[in-house]
Amino acid sequence: MTTAFVPLDTAAVAAGADAVAAAVADTGAAIIRNGSRGMCWAEPTMEIEYGGARLAFGNVAASDVAGIFQQHERHAKCLGEVSEIEYLQRQTRAVFDRAGTSHPLELPKTTVVEECLGRDPKSLIGEIETSGLRGRGGAGFPAHIKWRTVFDTPGEQKYIVCNADEGDSGTFADRILMEGDPYRLIEGMTIAGLATGATKGYVYLRSEYPIAADVFQAALDNAYADGLLGTNILGSGKAFDLELFIGAGAYICGEETSLLESLEGKRGEIRVKPPVPAVSGLFGAPTLVHNVISFAAVPAIMKHGGAWYADMGVGRSTGTMAFQLAGNVLRGGLIEVPFGITIDEVVNGFGGGTRSGRPIRTIQIGGPLGAYLSPDEFDTPLTYEAIAELGAGIGHGGIVVFDDTVDLAQQAHYAFEFCEVESCGKCTPCRLGSVRGKETMSGIIEGRDVEQKLTIIEGLCEVMETASLCQMGGMTPIPVLSAMKRFPEDFRR
Amino acid sequence: MAEIETKGDAVAREIAQEHRDRVGGVLIALREIVARFGFVSRTQEHDVAEVFNLSRAEVRGIVSFYHDLKTRPQPPVQVRVCQAEACQSVGARELTRRVETHLGVKLGEPSDGVSLDAVYCLGLCAQAPSMMVNGRPLARADLCDLAEEIPA
Repeated sequence: MTTAFVPLDTAAVAAGADAVAAAVADTGAAIIRNGSRGMCWAEPTMEIEYGGARLAFGNVAASDVAGIFQQHERHAKCLGEVSEIEYLQRQTRAVFDRAGTSHPLELPKTTVVEECLGRDPKSLIGEIETSGLRGRGGAGFPAHIKWRTVFDTPGEQKYIVCNADEGDSGTFADRILMEGDPYRLIEGMTIAGLATGATKGYVYLRSEYPIAADVFQAALDNAYADGLLGTNILGSGKAFDLELFIGAGAYICGEETSLLESLEGKRGEIRVKPPVPAVSGLFGAPTLVHNVISFAAVPAIMKHGGAWYADMGVGRSTGTMAFQLAGNVLRGGLIEVPFGITIDEVVNGFGGGTRSGRPIRTIQIGGPLGAYLSPDEFDTPLTYEAIAELGAGIGHGGIVVFDDTVDLAQQAHYAFEFCEVESCGKCTPCRLGSVRGKETMSGIIEGRDVEQKLTIIEGLCEVMETASLCQMGGMTPIPVLSAMKRFPEDFRR
Repeated sequence: MAEIETKGDAVAREIAQEHRDRVGGVLIALREIVARFGFVSRTQEHDVAEVFNLSRAEVRGIVSFYHDLKTRPQPPVQVRVCQAEACQSVGARELTRRVETHLGVKLGEPSDGVSLDAVYCLGLCAQAPSMMVNGRPLARADLCDLAEEIPA
């Protein structure tokens, strides 16, 4: 009997995977709902085991299913054998190696936790230091410093908190991981708990990801049933409890202190730092806060060693990064590669240029608070350092492509508008600056007193950048000013 | 604003009680009340405040902060169209106008039978533009037949 794989991932379901799965079931074939391999452009995908190989099909409709079972590799929508698909073959998957291979809950629950239970916390932290892992949520802060701070700070109860409030437009890596390989995250957080002395963990997931919530909760239940979580992990006497917490719709809760406030059940208003969460976090206790992908990188680092991880990448940008290619691009999706690949290789190599077929005019890198770059800069290698030199940031790895129909003045207007909608309201530069910025930008778009208003924008951006309490207000000037600098003609029509 | 009363108080209180001792219990309880009733009424805010030993103002503060915590009954058809950058790059603005025309309501304006709201990212950025109809995500919404996808 043939086995067919049709993803349960949101990207597949939103493109019609459930109808494909129903059509497979109608034929009597066995069906496995796997996670996504991250080829979002080809969703819904379908894979079948045939003749000892695993064949993939892209953009499958329910009406294609019968034909696929008859024609196999001769079917027009066949992408070839999974292991030979160039888009996947050219990637180096340390975090996403299992995502999409099978049903997420049928994957092995643990690979290295057992081994880590017998290791000294300091050696676990040392492994992270050797790996050079930096936070994948956006700031790129060295992970081991946070781990060591939580370990060193005295406290009866310490916490591990995973930031899965993936609100940046153009990003979906956290979602694909949680829907495709949830045990990886559980394992990473458990190891972090063992290393830092934290016995409680929370995953803060945004409410816009209901499928991720279902898959992850089921994975948690399984892990508890198998003794991988709880008061006596695998009979070791060591404890780690993990709970899923769903947000209530607020972009700002992706900021770590705002997230902690929200997790405490309050308004998600940011806290003034210092103290940093590693010293005083959830309920004032030492708390390790990382993004999903940071935790998910930990099992591979422990399994293969920090040096193995550090061997990938360039300089202080070690390991792999899960870039997410999105927007007006032919083949958007998840691209996990070592740091150092150029923007061009991602956008044109993997992405194949724009979906519209028109020339690329700009990309926005690093989410809604990220810079708009010009195609002249596409030979820049994607490392924290090289991108910082452009006045930009890699952020959570999102890259959004725009063709030549984009109006950068509109995008700058949107940056202020988004800040207005999502500001927590605690500090004035962000709360009011966003509103004034939007109004002023409207005037510029209408062509009223343009030069004077551009000067006002520059001054306003300086205030927001230097006086905001967090990065929401502090980084909103980045998309605005980067657009004004590289595309001045759009502001003077 | 007119006081909106419901008969769900006992249930709201029960929900609040159930989550009273959990981390973030207030938010969990409020989310559950919204899931059950479609919104949080003033009365229910008071119930939650009492159970958690908070002031009414504190609970109001929480409710007003989060986009998901609605304070009015929600219409049977709820449409959210993504307005973020990846969707903008492939016609979110045009899609929004099309949906507005189809439904006869403006984005963000309350209406009886249907709501049309902005959402900032559904994580479908490589298959943009995207939208959500009654909780169901739709990728490449520009190619969708709106009459087929949105219940009349």
